[in-house]
Amino acid sequence: MEWHLISPELTMAVLALVVILLDLVVEKKHYLPIVSAVGLIVPLVLAIDLWNEGGLAMNDMLAVDKFAIFFKVLILGITAMVIMSSWRYVNDKFEHLRGEFYALILLSALGLMLMAAAREMITIYVSLELSSMSLYALTAFLKDRKSTESGLKYILLGGIASAILLYGMVLVFGFTGTTHLDGIGAALADGGAREPGLLLGVVLIASGFAFKIGAVPFHMWMPDVYEGAPTPVTAYLSVASKAAGFAVILRIFFEAFGEPGWLYDDWSVLWGVLAVVTMSIGNLLAIQQSNIKRLLAYSGVAQVGYILVGLAAANAAGQSGIMFYLAVYSLANLGAFIAVIAISNKIGSDEISDYSGMFKRAPVLALVLGVCLISLTGIPPTAGFMGKLVVFKAAMDEGMLWLVVFGVVNSVIAAFYYFKVMKVMFIGEAKSLVGIPSDSGIRAALVISIFGVLLLGIYPYALTKWADIAAVLLP
Amino acid sequence: MIPDYAVWLIIFLPVLAFLINGLIMRPLAKEKNAKYSGYITILSIAGSLGLALWAVYSVADEGAKEFSHVISTHWLGVGDNLNIEISILLDKLSATMALVVGVCSLMIQIYGQGYMKGDTGYMRYYTWMPLFTAAMLGVALSGNLIFTFVCWELVGLSSYLLIGFWYHKPSAAAAAKKAFVVTRFADLGFVMALVGIYFGMNGTELVQKEGINVFDIANLPDIAHQAITMGLISTTGFTWILLGIFAGAAGKSGQFPLHVWLPDAMEGPTPVSALIHSSTMVCAGVYLVARLFPMFAMHEYGETAALVVAGLGGFTAIFSASMGMVMYDIKRVLAYSTLSQLGYMMLGLGAVAYGAAHTSDHHEAEHLMELAFAIGMFHLFTHAFFKSMLFLASGSLQHSTGTFDIRLMGGVRKYMPWTFWIFIIGSLSLSGIWPLAGFWSKDGILLESWAHTPWFFWLAMITVFMTAFYMFRAIFMTFFGEWRGGDPSGLHHGDEHDDHGHQEVHPHESPFVMVAPMVVLCVLAIGSGWAFLGPIDANAFLGGHSHAFFSVFTEFSLDEAKHSLPLIGLIVALFGVFVAYAIYGAQWVSNEAIGRAFKPIRTLWYRKYYMDELYEDVIIRGVLMKGIFWLCAAFDTYVVDGIVNGTAGLASEVGGLFRKVQTGQLQEYGIAMGFGVVVMLAAVLIGFYG
Repeated sequence: MEWHLISPELTMAVLALVVILLDLVVEKKHYLPIVSAVGLIVPLVLAIDLWNEGGLAMNDMLAVDKFAIFFKVLILGITAMVIMSSWRYVNDKFEHLRGEFYALILLSALGLMLMAAAREMITIYVSLELSSMSLYALTAFLKDRKSTESGLKYILLGGIASAILLYGMVLVFGFTGTTHLDGIGAALADGGAREPGLLLGVVLIASGFAFKIGAVPFHMWMPDVYEGAPTPVTAYLSVASKAAGFAVILRIFFEAFGEPGWLYDDWSVLWGVLAVVTMSIGNLLAIQQSNIKRLLAYSGVAQVGYILVGLAAANAAGQSGIMFYLAVYSLANLGAFIAVIAISNKIGSDEISDYSGMFKRAPVLALVLGVCLISLTGIPPTAGFMGKLVVFKAAMDEGMLWLVVFGVVNSVIAAFYYFKVMKVMFIGEAKSLVGIPSDSGIRAALVISIFGVLLLGIYPYALTKWADIAAVLLP
Repeated sequence: MIPDYAVWLIIFLPVLAFLINGLIMRPLAKEKNAKYSGYITILSIAGSLGLALWAVYSVADEGAKEFSHVISTHWLGVGDNLNIEISILLDKLSATMALVVGVCSLMIQIYGQGYMKGDTGYMRYYTWMPLFTAAMLGVALSGNLIFTFVCWELVGLSSYLLIGFWYHKPSAAAAAKKAFVVTRFADLGFVMALVGIYFGMNGTELVQKEGINVFDIANLPDIAHQAITMGLISTTGFTWILLGIFAGAAGKSGQFPLHVWLPDAMEGPTPVSALIHSSTMVCAGVYLVARLFPMFAMHEYGETAALVVAGLGGFTAIFSASMGMVMYDIKRVLAYSTLSQLGYMMLGLGAVAYGAAHTSDHHEAEHLMELAFAIGMFHLFTHAFFKSMLFLASGSLQHSTGTFDIRLMGGVRKYMPWTFWIFIIGSLSLSGIWPLAGFWSKDGILLESWAHTPWFFWLAMITVFMTAFYMFRAIFMTFFGEWRGGDPSGLHHGDEHDDHGHQEVHPHESPFVMVAPMVVLCVLAIGSGWAFLGPIDANAFLGGHSHAFFSVFTEFSLDEAKHSLPLIGLIVALFGVFVAYAIYGAQWVSNEAIGRAFKPIRTLWYRKYYMDELYEDVIIRGVLMKGIFWLCAAFDTYVVDGIVNGTAGLASEVGGLFRKVQTGQLQEYGIAMGFGVVVMLAAVLIGFYG
């Protein structure tokens, strides 16, 4: 057994346990976020160290390939940024549960990392549940009415989605006789198992993960949960679990269902239609919102629609495009959420109308939020433009012009509500002129996101190069 | 051999200065520390110049004639078929251009230390200047047309910012806008050409099979040739691409009819005019044509475009010179002179390209390819030095007298001996008097246009006379005769003479920091024609041509008409000087008498052929505003706004509908999920059975 192949995951688990234990014995609890954030360097270094090695671990259940490592690094980075930016919020809101909060974040990150690497259906399911369980708890962490309600909604709907997913996996197992993705691919390869029942399995698996990434009509939990959950958890939920969800979808649909032409054509169009529906409805609903967290939730739904365009393309360019898009989306969305955390810490409201004149009160935060929203809109020179470009280009390569047209039209619609927020912040009258303080953790996280958004917007090759190398999944 | 990163640094050192000055100095530095922004700029550009020199040495070392080195990096690359590169093409052409930009820019930044002293926008000035320099170096060194285009537009932007530097002056703001709009309009041609290149040439084997980027400058002629022979693009299409590129080049280089922005651009600070509107930006167009010269010179295919280049160049040369003969603003005289000289360069390039495209003799075509660098670029090279020097001298005059109007000067020779001699040398060089730099480069152009496009040669020859005439007209009016008082209201702020009580101007020599750069450029204006001095073998560098010039002059014989050309050119130029002396120096003939005799033509010239009125009153106010724009506005108001408002309303309505579904009821969320599964399954099964 090659233990070092799973060393990032092992150290991650150890880190979570260390945080819980420290919480029991240490008096000065404000070291906990520092231990958590700095401790992430260990799995990060170990993961990067495996870049050139590769292989299969745990009886071929985990793939240690560049694809998995790309996502692991992304998830670790997101986790670090969320922890950095949240310590103030955590101190204020649930001082006595700090240890549990950071440990749960780390455990859910561990689940997401395993999801990115899993290549066997039971492992996929178990790691999915590991991350979900932690997230259910985190959602209800505020213990007020809204938070509890959203936690309950999340766990019930998540349970339904898990059941759907599991049923799909069972069907696929029944028709192919294996739970290993490469085995399924091999069994389907020579026109085997060409049955409607298998299609049912594929649809159910797709539905289960559509819930995880929040594609329409499996998105309805998102606004409620995003609004109710503690803002750092929302930020985490909006990027990390989506990234891992896409990693699993890519791996299942490329490795298991990628080979046979009859199936491949089906799921390519299926995801394409889902992409159109998701981005359109996400945008239409986002226009209506007056709460910034709900707005970002729906904008996140729309963003998933754009990413699904790359999945519908179902080619190597789409694969690396999705990876690039997820990275730049994570940077921009996190930047936006972190700015929202800082602002809501002070003004205690998430209503967009309360952001009026924010530029005069907190010029830096308003500027960061503005740049992140521009990136989410997809306007150069921010990274969001490049992300859309590469994903849409991948679809163009497959001749899916209709999909790209929908994507572009939707990007224009999206500009409406992103700009609405900016208009309020930059042109609106300030209600008060009291400045908004921000701590060093938030500032560091904002610098990272803004730097990333601009760097990848001006010189995207810095990341597309790695995404290209990491796009190793073969249909 | 210069390492790759050092070549990148040539461009990025000024970018660094721009970032430091723009992001750190301007927001944070106190007024008394403003001077450091100037030092940072000068240091960075000096660094660039040092590296550019190193690049020139390396190119010469590697055997300049054939050497070319491509350094490329991806800018955006996803999958297999989306690869946009940024690359540098280092060869004798780009190295020379980088050297010109570096030398002129450095000298002008040093000069600016004196000229801009005390200006409230000091740090702003030293923020935009390195940005411009970086963009210009990018144009020079770029090896990829996309990268060229990016830098090209940055040049346009920074030029806009610098022309409108004194934006509180309405005339400066208007001039900046005009320059930007006119050059942008011309760039439309450039963009169309890029689009044409992509769609016309992307299918060639070189691109598809060998993975060469379609915009790669070094390979573009081969790609184009293959595209034509493979039938991907017609000869006409190719000509249109070339003309599109030339349109962009003509905009930047102020070729007729896009020349109108350059004289107005003189509203900017004089060092800006010296850098941007004499030696670098306006040369970018000429450089672009030279860069893509093999395409213009392509046998049979480039002929038409080459002829257009030569013709428009020749016409611009004489057209602009005619206006230069009647202007009283010394800077505008220089501006028209610049336009005229740029026309010369285009004429030279176009003539050689036409010759090469026309001839069926393979060897002669190759020889002409070599000549192209010696002809167009050589004049660009020498002209950059003496013209920026002349601009600096005019700035020095204004610094001291408060005006650019030569009617208000006179007799300045006594007070400003350095400026006087520098102006004299620059003018002689510009007029093409032996043995100064201008003589060698200008006669090369005359020679080639006589050989290949004789009908344009006559335009060029008449222009020689006009050039000498207007330069010495300016000299006699400015430096000789009686002191006519200057303009006390125009004196530079912070100057020691700036005591508002006095209404008198006492001309004085400019400070050392302003004179020294002019002297350095003066040395180059004298010497750069003989050869590139120093360890670089001029023979190798200019394809053997610089020595050929020398022998042409010493061994000319009247038997061969060709060899007597330089002598004729010299005589014509001297005649121009003589006429100027007769009218404005000795005043044998009264200026007013001539003015009366030729009143209609003089007015026509003075009003710049009424081109400004044509553009602004007729085309813009009449055709565009009342016609096309009105239609567009109506379309926008009724059709576009209608659709947009309608869509927005519809989006809101539909969104409201969906919002009703989002009730917060868990059961309904579950139903929606189930609904989704059923619909997806139904769709997939219909696909399966159908």
